[in-house]
Amino acid sequence: MHVPDGFLDAPTSVATGVVAAAAVGVALRRARTELDDRTAPMAGLVAAFVFAAQMINFPVGAGTSGHLMGGALAAVLVGPWTGLLCVSVVLVVQALFMADGGITALGTNVVLIGVVTALVGYVVFRALQAVLPHRLGTVAPTAAVAAFVSVPVAAAVFSLLFAIGGTAPVDAGKVLTAMLGWHVLIGIGEAVVTGLVVGAVVAVRPDLVRGARPLVAARELEIRTVAA
Amino acid sequence: MSTHTSGSGTTDDRARQPVRRRVSTRALLVAGLVVALLVAGVASYYASSHPDGLEHVAGETGFLDTAEDSPTADSPFADYATKGVDDERLSVGIAGVLGTLVVLVLTGGLALALRRRGPTDPTDQAPDTSDERASAPERA
Repeated sequence: MHVPDGFLDAPTSVATGVVAAAAVGVALRRARTELDDRTAPMAGLVAAFVFAAQMINFPVGAGTSGHLMGGALAAVLVGPWTGLLCVSVVLVVQALFMADGGITALGTNVVLIGVVTALVGYVVFRALQAVLPHRLGTVAPTAAVAAFVSVPVAAAVFSLLFAIGGTAPVDAGKVLTAMLGWHVLIGIGEAVVTGLVVGAVVAVRPDLVRGARPLVAARELEIRTVAA
Repeated sequence: MSTHTSGSGTTDDRARQPVRRRVSTRALLVAGLVVALLVAGVASYYASSHPDGLEHVAGETGFLDTAEDSPTADSPFADYATKGVDDERLSVGIAGVLGTLVVLVLTGGLALALRRRGPTDPTDQAPDTSDERASAPERA
């Protein structure tokens, strides 16, 4: 989903740049409430993992591939604002050092891959959590569903940006249909990776999973016998 | 549990609380980093080289040729290939490992700078004393 330079015209790129900067600015302030001595190192790890995972393109058929976006994963693990910052750092490093995603398109990529997936992922996650039983076992599947939804939403937002500021005279409806179709498939991969990673951390240290915290507080009263 | 006569209670405290023996934060972070480095340094070589969803759609609907080369296309790690390293496996592995470490340091540093100091979160003050800080004096 990394948008290269040239797909979108200058005004659209400037606009997404402003939105991205504003979102990162808000996140820098809000992330304070999510970060303490224990979760700050987790944020570093989550960003490192998202960078690594984004190198793994998995085939989704017809000579097409996709990779983790990671916003939903990061939001569930370390909180939506910290998660947004994690993915943004990944995108900056990719653009500056790996030439992955354009430079004038950096704002667009932060909006699509950082802001949209982290916030949509987190909103879906919390909404599902509100209606599901309050058990730790629901955290990973819920995160997976949230991750799945976040990918086609990001694809739809790209299509909207393309309709507004695409440089090529291509039918916006065709782009939207194709983007949604492929990114539903890529979303399945996103869901699998997110579910597995969140499930693994919840299994060993649920207290370090931001999205599991409301459930952990109640669970502390249990008598646990954990093997050494 | 039977050695309650001991004056310094730290060892006894640990024995009484099996909860403490769960995976430490440090162990989790190290394991996570090892996984990330293996993914970026080793598994990345086996990643699909097919165009991604956006690139495919751009090609299919006819706007792929509007893509411009990034100004950083000449960077030493452009396209996750390390300049001057001919071995493909090594080339992508080096770029992946270095990129992962750069992201780790940048984000970790940013998070440490932003974090609240001290245990102000209610869950940090829960009776569960398995927090690493609680056992820190024992290691000293």
